[in-house]
Amino acid sequence: MSDATITETDDAVEIPHGYDDGSDHIGLPHHTSTGLSNTKLAMWLFLGSECLLFGGLISTYMLYRNRQADQLGPDQLWDIPFTSATSFVLLMSSLTMVMSVSAAKRKDEQRTKLWLTVTALLGGLFLAGQVYEFTVFYREGLGYTTSLFSSSFYTLTGFHGVHVAVGIIMLLSLVAMLARGKLVGDKHETVEMIGLYWHFVDVVWIVIFTLVYLIPA
Amino acid sequence: MDTDATITDSGRTPTTADDAHGEPPAHAEPAQRHKEPTDRQYIFIALFLAVLTAIEIAATEVGPDGPLLIVSLLVLMAVKFLFVILFFMHLRFDSRLFSLVFYIGLGFAIGLYGVVLATFHFFVS
Repeated sequence: MSDATITETDDAVEIPHGYDDGSDHIGLPHHTSTGLSNTKLAMWLFLGSECLLFGGLISTYMLYRNRQADQLGPDQLWDIPFTSATSFVLLMSSLTMVMSVSAAKRKDEQRTKLWLTVTALLGGLFLAGQVYEFTVFYREGLGYTTSLFSSSFYTLTGFHGVHVAVGIIMLLSLVAMLARGKLVGDKHETVEMIGLYWHFVDVVWIVIFTLVYLIPA
Repeated sequence: MDTDATITDSGRTPTTADDAHGEPPAHAEPAQRHKEPTDRQYIFIALFLAVLTAIEIAATEVGPDGPLLIVSLLVLMAVKFLFVILFFMHLRFDSRLFSLVFYIGLGFAIGLYGVVLATFHFFVS
């Protein structure tokens, strides 16, 4: 099998539609047995397995949501306008993330860094809202071991919060690496992988927001 | 042309699978099945998702009660979920293999935990 050594200056090769992935090797499919990026495939496999993790946590919460103590249940605690605002913030962070991926594809590094930073800030705002919400619930008497409801609620939303925190760390690390020129390999794909993770975190919150906060217990 | 790369008829460089079978694997389709949205379209999609979220919240405040409310919220949730994975996560534009591995995980999760919830009589009012 011959190695594909087409350079970017080799304009004699017609790039087939669909293979312009914006990478440093524009037009070339990945040199794998599937012709697809192994990194991307691994990320989708990871996200598929994450569905099982969050599925377990969500179904556990659904089973225990009515196991309350001291009348401290969802109806007494939820502040829907506040949670709606934080949900909106996370939803908009998905927009800024996709703008970042789009900028990376155009090789516009300045805008890539800008949108990544905005995404991290929006994620931080969401996380701050979650910490505030937890603090309010705790002061009202809802500790982690207060009831099965509280344990399952804190575990579910806490796990999601940890995912957001990990995402923020990845976003800021990526910005720092781009700024210092230390990101090697396919930059667009790296931004896209972190984008996939971030969108998944958003998708999970879409489910949590509806099932936990909006559907009445 | 200053290269020794061999381009197949479909525009792909050969892979190990090609070597083994002479033809590209069935799932090694072009990476993009459709044209990806522009930045402006991404903004419209985000606005659409924001409107759906507002409808969800309004439905809980002034909408119908009981099963109709729950079904409405679940439908809106599913639409938002699909829009994010299809457009923001590019599943609509990428290889079907990526969709397959994700939907398998999602399907397992829904099936498995649906059975778990049914076992505990969650769906019995």
